[in-house]
Amino acid sequence: MAGPIVVIDYGMGNLRSVSKAVEHVAGGAEVVVTDDPALIRGADRVVFPGQGAARDCMASIGEHHLNQAVREAAASKPFLGICMGMQVLLEHSEENGGTPLLGLYAGAVRRFPGTAVGPDGVLLKIPQMGWNRVRPVREHPLWEGIEPGARFYFVHSYYVDPVDRALVAATTDYGLDYASAIARDNVFAVQFHPEKSAQAGLRLLANFVGWRP
Amino acid sequence: MLAKRIIPCLDVDAGRVVKGVRFVDIRDAGDPVEVARRYNEEGADEICFLDITASSDARDTMVHVVEQVASEVFIPLTVGGGIRKAEDIRRMLNAGADKVSINTAAVFNPEFVQEATDRFGSQCIVVAIDAKRVSGPAEPLRWEIFTHGGRKPTGLDAVDWARRMAAYGAGEILLTSMDRDGTKVGFDLGLTRAIVDAVPIPVIASGGVGTLQHLVDGVKQGGADAVLAASIFHFAEYTVGEAKRFMAAHGVEVRL
Repeated sequence: MAGPIVVIDYGMGNLRSVSKAVEHVAGGAEVVVTDDPALIRGADRVVFPGQGAARDCMASIGEHHLNQAVREAAASKPFLGICMGMQVLLEHSEENGGTPLLGLYAGAVRRFPGTAVGPDGVLLKIPQMGWNRVRPVREHPLWEGIEPGARFYFVHSYYVDPVDRALVAATTDYGLDYASAIARDNVFAVQFHPEKSAQAGLRLLANFVGWRP
Repeated sequence: MLAKRIIPCLDVDAGRVVKGVRFVDIRDAGDPVEVARRYNEEGADEICFLDITASSDARDTMVHVVEQVASEVFIPLTVGGGIRKAEDIRRMLNAGADKVSINTAAVFNPEFVQEATDRFGSQCIVVAIDAKRVSGPAEPLRWEIFTHGGRKPTGLDAVDWARRMAAYGAGEILLTSMDRDGTKVGFDLGLTRAIVDAVPIPVIASGGVGTLQHLVDGVKQGGADAVLAASIFHFAEYTVGEAKRFMAAHGVEVRL
C-alpha cells in the first residue's frame, strides 16, 4: 500500500489550509503533517510549503534536521513546493541581506524591483498580493484541466530566477515575466498558493495527488 | 496583471452572521460557513469576517467558525474584531485565517502593529482604519480616525495614521469611511484616493457601497486595490459574480 501524503511542517506558518485542501482532493488518502524525517521517507508523495523570510525558513529547516529528508524526497518521489517551499530549492536569495538556500537548482531568488508600473501606469506594489494569471509554457500533467492564464492567489515579494530556463513550467507578469512554476522530473514547485486559489488551486492539487512522474 | 479583488464581509456575532447598518440596526442572516461557501462559489476573491461579539467568552466561537470555514472554503480569509494581542493573532492564524485585521488595538497601542508584523509577517497583518471627515465645507479635506463604531474621535489624522501603520509593516489597509458606512451612497472617494496616494501597500476600500458602479468608482477613481462590501451581497441584491462581470465590462481587471 502506498504511504501517506506528507505535508512537511518545519514551523514556518500555519499548514492547516494546505493540509485541508490536500485532504479535500485526496479521495480519502491519508494526509499527514509532520517534521519527522522517517515519515517523510515513507511518504507516497510530499508537499513542501513555507512562508516567512528566507533566513528564518532555512534556519528552521536546519533546526528540524530536514535538509537531508527534503533533498531525498525531491530526488525520489512526487514533490510539490509551494511559495517559500519553491524558493528554497534554488541556490541563493537576496532576502535578509543574502541567504544561502538548498541549492537543488542553479539560480537566485530576487526581489521585485519596486520601480515597475502596471498597464494603468500605477507603481506595482510589493508584495504582490492577490490573483494573477499563470501561463504554462509547456505541457505538464499538473496543468491538466486548468485553463492557460487561469488566476491563482499570490503573496510574495521575491521570485525565482533559475539559470536553466528549461525548468520554467509557467510564467506570470508582475512588471516582469517571472517563473511562477518550475518543474523537473518528479518535482513541481509553484510561487502561488494552490490551497488558497479556489477551483484552479484544488485542481492543481488533485493533479498532484494523482501524478505518476 | 493582478486582478482587483472583491471581498464580501460578514459581521459575525456569537457565531452568527449579521450586518450592521451604520452599526446600529442589525439583522440576522445566517450561518457563516454556508454564507462563505456561497460567496466562494460566486467567485469572491477573499472573505472577511468581522467578529462583533461583545462578550469575551464567546470569542472561542469565532475560532471555531474560522476552523470550519477554512476546512471547506479555499480562498484567503481575513478575520477582524477583538484582535488585541499576539495570542489572538496566533489563534486565528492557527485556526486557518490568512490575515487578521487590527483596528482599535492599533489606535491604543500602535507598537502592537510593529510587534505583530515582526512576529507573523506583514502579509498577514491588515490594519483597519475607521475614518470620518472632520473638515468643513470650505476647508481642505481632512479625515480623522474614530473608534467605537465611529463615535469616539481620536484626534489622529487618517492620512498620517495610514503612513505610520505602513511604516510599522502593515501588509494592507482596510479603509472604512464611517460617514458612508451603511448609507449605500458610495465610497468616500476623496478619502480612498488620499490614503492610496499616501501608502505603498494595498488599500481595501469599504463603507457605502450601494450599487455596482460604486465598486467600479472605488477602483477607478479611488485607486483601491480591493473593494469590500457587505449588504449588497449579503441580502442578495447582487451576486459577487454579477459585480465582477459589471466591473469587467467597465474596464476593471477582475478574476472571472
